[in-house]
Amino acid sequence: MRNPQLNANGELTHLLSIEGLPRAVLTQILDTASSFIEVSDRDVKKVPLLRGKSVFNVFFENSTRTRTTFEIAAKRLSADVINLDVTRSSTAKGETLLDTVDNLVAMHADMFVVRHAASGAPHLIADHLRRVGRNDVHVVNAGDGRHAHPTQGLLDMYTIRHYKKEFTSLVVAVVGDILHSRVARSDINALSTLGAAEIRAVGPQTLLPTAIERMGVRVCHDLREGLRDCDVVIMLRLQNERMNGALLPSAREYFHCYGLTPAMLALARPDAIVMHPGPMNRGVEIDSDVADGPQAVILPQVTFGIAVRMAVMGILAGN
Amino acid sequence: MNKQNLQLQNARLVDPASGLDAHLDLFVADGRIAAVGQPPAGFSADRSIDAAGLIVCPGLVDLSTRLGSIEPELGAAVSGGVTSLACPPDTKPPLDEPGLVERLVRRSETLGLARVYPIGALTQELSGQRLAEMNSLARAGCIGFSQANQSIDTQLLLRAMQYAATFGYAVRLRPQDQFLARGGVAHDGEVAARLGLTGVPVSAETVATATALLLASETGVRLHLSRLSSAAGVALVRQAKHSGMQVSCDVSIHHLHLSEMDIGYFDSNARFDPPLRASSDRDALRAAAREGLAAICSDHTPVDADGKQVPFAEALPGATGLELLLPLTLLWAEQSELPLATALARVTCDPAAILGIDAGSLRIGSPADVCVFDPAESWRVTAESLRSQGKNTPYLGYEVSGRVRMTLVGGRIVFEA
Repeated sequence: MRNPQLNANGELTHLLSIEGLPRAVLTQILDTASSFIEVSDRDVKKVPLLRGKSVFNVFFENSTRTRTTFEIAAKRLSADVINLDVTRSSTAKGETLLDTVDNLVAMHADMFVVRHAASGAPHLIADHLRRVGRNDVHVVNAGDGRHAHPTQGLLDMYTIRHYKKEFTSLVVAVVGDILHSRVARSDINALSTLGAAEIRAVGPQTLLPTAIERMGVRVCHDLREGLRDCDVVIMLRLQNERMNGALLPSAREYFHCYGLTPAMLALARPDAIVMHPGPMNRGVEIDSDVADGPQAVILPQVTFGIAVRMAVMGILAGN
Repeated sequence: MNKQNLQLQNARLVDPASGLDAHLDLFVADGRIAAVGQPPAGFSADRSIDAAGLIVCPGLVDLSTRLGSIEPELGAAVSGGVTSLACPPDTKPPLDEPGLVERLVRRSETLGLARVYPIGALTQELSGQRLAEMNSLARAGCIGFSQANQSIDTQLLLRAMQYAATFGYAVRLRPQDQFLARGGVAHDGEVAARLGLTGVPVSAETVATATALLLASETGVRLHLSRLSSAAGVALVRQAKHSGMQVSCDVSIHHLHLSEMDIGYFDSNARFDPPLRASSDRDALRAAAREGLAAICSDHTPVDADGKQVPFAEALPGATGLELLLPLTLLWAEQSELPLATALARVTCDPAAILGIDAGSLRIGSPADVCVFDPAESWRVTAESLRSQGKNTPYLGYEVSGRVRMTLVGGRIVFEA
């Protein structure tokens, strides 16, 4: 079965997941993003790559930050951007996902940026577009259920490459609620494709998927063991609803066992960087002293995210 | 179509019940198997059928067929060589009323296609709250009782088994602990981890299986466990049988061939309940079927396109299976290098024995429910090639071998191609 994100020439036509993408495609996106970084520093922050194209932000799940960065990225590429808050419109009236898609295609959408609460929804849309013969319409997954958040994964890789220059010698710890995290899955896939020396999945058993080790990670239940001598720490957001007692007794106990404090961070390499996909829960997964400290690169992640999303949309529009 | 005297000539006759596998003629009279080899005295055939190159075996007996629409699905059954089928009670409305059961039986008898054996609801509305009228349901035609895929608490399950055992009724359970399975849509393993799908752990099956086995042994009820999906699940049944317990089980033909890997990129046609599990589980299910511990069912579940063209977790579980039961059983036999009679036993005489019905054999005097098929003819599985209204199968687009040419039910030709 061909990876549904690639066309017959192996070029990216949708970005649905990092899984299965060749290293060359990931590197191409990161290199293209580099060239877009300077666009954001110009007085006129625009390039005409997507002029005349319509990018539809279709968010079936609430999001402000991701949608905004996609919107900025598309506008810097000179695209027309249409934001649809589908949570409040069609689906509430009982329209199916694919009916919504058909309607938007009829409005001459060139690209969909999709967020959906169900894992695999962007795959379903891409498969549907293929079946109806609309291979000219591209899909970017902006987060589907627990499955993937590939642009976040790519911007995380961009950030790591920016600070660490390469991947093959790196030890990376992904800490927290990996079970429910699409960011974790995309990061793990990207890191393993880019050849990271060691990827550690750190958290209590209740927050790690069964068989996670099959994704090529080393499982650590002890935060100290997970952080020791690592080069990169990726902290994950702990959703409030996870703290209701079914998976964790309390936020307080979680912070005590898995919160990133300066003392814990001291176990990592002195030049280790700390990342977080946001929004942060200060005092739950991360201590403010770390979040605001010299090793945190959380705000640069956001800046790089725009260039990475420009790169993804630019590459898709050309394929 | 009257009951004709039929002679099936030059075929390879395979009767798993007797272990027969030979080139012999089969004679049908008065709706029954009249003779094998030589015609009975005074036999004159109304029709002689040249079945050279074909295999003649008992009509298939399916332990679990969801009918949806009765007529097209029973048509699909006979075109797949299935002549008897058990219908689980999770119809709409559920089979908890004698009137509903009588209507289903009458309707299927009028159609005269495959024979339908209703499984009654164990509890009213399958709600797991109050016992169903099992005795009335049995008199209306139910041949066993089940909760289908609905849950039931252990106290009521114990009572239901005690009550069923009182009358000697069989209880069928699809073992799955509702709490451990809560929210799950895929095997709790590698693929669910990768795709971010909520897992159903194997323990959901083993805990429920162990519970059912313990309560059945306490009550003495005849227990059948439906659609086991895991190596650990069949191991528990094997252990119970070794300790002398009367228990039977089945596996679905899909679980015999597919694993979690077949979900691929969220293929909703690979969404099953219980889920497709690891390949090691599939191997164990194959071993259980090979040794005769488990029978094989189609788990036929027609789902319309709307139920599948949604994200994986929202898709309705199940696949169409009646027309694939024979080809996929033949494929399993070939891959496992099993004698044809052994493989066909799992879809003929074994399920007939589990259901306690007079079917699944070519013994003289048995009802002439017969399947005639070309083992070599291959065909492509497409929406058009399936007679069932359910086009939902992971095998869409695949080429399979084994095409039914003729099906007899009670000596009548109900399908011919």
